[in-house]
Amino acid sequence: MKTVYMDNNATTRTDPAVVEAMLPFFSELYGNPSSMHSFGGQVGRHVREAREKIAALINAHPAEILFTSCGTESDNAAIMGTLRSYPDKKHFIMTRVEHPAVLNVGHYLRARGYRVTELGVDRKGRLDLGELRDALSDDTALVSVMTANNETGVIFPIDEIGEIVKARGIPFHTDAVQAVGKIPMDMARQPIDMLSLSGHKLHAPKGVGALYIRRGTKFTPFVIGGHQESGKRGGTENVPYIVGLGKASELAGEHLKEENTRVKKMRDRLEKELLERIPNAMINGDPGNRLPNTTSISFEYVEGESILLLMNAVQICASSGSACTSGSLEPSHVLRAMGVPFTAAHGSIRFSLSVYNSEEDVDHVIEQMPPIIQKVRDISPFWKDFQAGKPISALMAGGSGHDHHHH
Amino acid sequence: MWEYTEAVMEHFLHPRNVGEIEDADGTGEVGSLACGDALRLTFKLDENQRIKEAKFQTFGCASAIASSSVLTEMIKGKTLDEAEKITNKEIAEYLGGLPEEKMHCSVMGMEALEAAIANYRGQPVEKQDYEIVCKCFGITDKEIERVARENNLTTVEEVTHYTKAGGGCQSCHPKIKMILDQLWDGKKPEKAAPKPAAGKKLTNLQKIRLIEETLEREIIPPMRADGGDLELIDIDGNTVYVGLRGACSSCPMSDFTLKKYVETKLKEFVHPDIVVEEVKL
Repeated sequence: MKTVYMDNNATTRTDPAVVEAMLPFFSELYGNPSSMHSFGGQVGRHVREAREKIAALINAHPAEILFTSCGTESDNAAIMGTLRSYPDKKHFIMTRVEHPAVLNVGHYLRARGYRVTELGVDRKGRLDLGELRDALSDDTALVSVMTANNETGVIFPIDEIGEIVKARGIPFHTDAVQAVGKIPMDMARQPIDMLSLSGHKLHAPKGVGALYIRRGTKFTPFVIGGHQESGKRGGTENVPYIVGLGKASELAGEHLKEENTRVKKMRDRLEKELLERIPNAMINGDPGNRLPNTTSISFEYVEGESILLLMNAVQICASSGSACTSGSLEPSHVLRAMGVPFTAAHGSIRFSLSVYNSEEDVDHVIEQMPPIIQKVRDISPFWKDFQAGKPISALMAGGSGHDHHHH
Repeated sequence: MWEYTEAVMEHFLHPRNVGEIEDADGTGEVGSLACGDALRLTFKLDENQRIKEAKFQTFGCASAIASSSVLTEMIKGKTLDEAEKITNKEIAEYLGGLPEEKMHCSVMGMEALEAAIANYRGQPVEKQDYEIVCKCFGITDKEIERVARENNLTTVEEVTHYTKAGGGCQSCHPKIKMILDQLWDGKKPEKAAPKPAAGKKLTNLQKIRLIEETLEREIIPPMRADGGDLELIDIDGNTVYVGLRGACSSCPMSDFTLKKYVETKLKEFVHPDIVVEEVKL
């Protein structure tokens, strides 16, 4: 049986055309673009072309693209690079549902004396822009809000947020790792100063990313070293991977329409059928405002790791916001920030599709999921009690909710 | 991804004794929905006061379900006094081990059993005499102290792996540290001290007895759980001759089982020079 891969928000298959484009740069065109001989120098042209392709994908100028090693480095560079440019400002704003690449930088800053505001979200994962307005101050060095959430796919109103932030003269960064290649991004139009993207989320390999820095934005290098990347990031260019990211960006631009039509249709069918076939299942997030490829579905009274392992046995790859899958003991910070009850948070499964998925993949998942959920529910004491119309046993109900985690 | 043993996957994919006994003699419920794992254990005694039937329902991950499943197998046929002696370590060993971060699943099994026995004896299962240290997961000081003592835990991180205490908001970490400091009072426990110090000088008779004990206690139960068995045939110096029975005798993995599992255990518990040889029928 073939593997049905629906975990594209975790990582994607490197497109074969991308691999092919990269290969010459390992064995033949291995020169260093900084070299004074044409053997190395010729490679620089390919790096330049890659930069142009990435710029084209988000409608930016090539000079505004900085290559990095991954999305996490882009986020770190954007935040630390901005804060170092504004040494007197000691306030940083982010959301409670950021990826750890931003969230933990925020927590790191807080532990070192910064005031850090974490904007909350509602039950559907939406921000309150009033809270953002109130949080802005003259001391605010940077606001960082993700474009789309990796777990739920919920898209934030990034243009509106950018307007609000920039009206106060504050720089604005967005972690668009999950958004680039899935929804159109347009730097000529959008009020964004910095944008992070990652190669392996858009069918380039792992180990390469980029940071868009709008011209005129203050930025202090995060990786300090040589003159590469116009002095904004030291380190010899990772040429094969940069070329790969360029090729993948070109393909992503071509696939953008398909992503928002065929892929979206498959996601919608998958979601609708699962909700119809499985009782006590619900979508996490804002159904009308999400990435076209993502759905997070909670199955009540069961736990995600068990579900994933049974899915694994029938070759379906997805992920879960359950505590047990991560090694941390609490369910996803995103679902908790949204106030998803524990009955549902532990049993959340995220399906994230790509252009490589087919209708047959969707059929397979639709067919396999109901018996899998039934099997784990048959073992669950809470499902038994729920079916019998009994309240959850007082002994096992646990804490009053999730609020006590947030001090 | 977690690396689960075959026994864990077997008991997860084919859990034994799922359900709830209608007119149970004892019922134990531990864990919570908030924590992400919970277990309801019910048992029924026969006329000789031995556990005749045990059933479980578990909400949780693969290791929680597997721990519950083996627990019901382990306690069947035992008196309550015997069952009571089962520790979380034994549950984990029966499964061929659990990832460190998942040890709390075996602790949950042990606690459900205690709760069910207390329920049968009419003892209150309340934890009210004790202070709840970890408020996120509702873990008491007594529980932390006991699990730390039985498993030789010395760090907060280990306590979190085994009990979940401290895995949430982490505000109780200083308190857990204090409990550990008081428990060990400066002297650290010996790490994973094998019950009898392996490798010490043994008389032949002692060695044979120790080999027999180790086989019965450590080695054979998990094999039986997989439908296999092992027979001790002879001992000559440090060479132990055994025969594989049941499912093991036809298992293509039997060489591996013998060397990796049986021999390793005997080296650990009896003597580092032990060699195991199979006697084919």
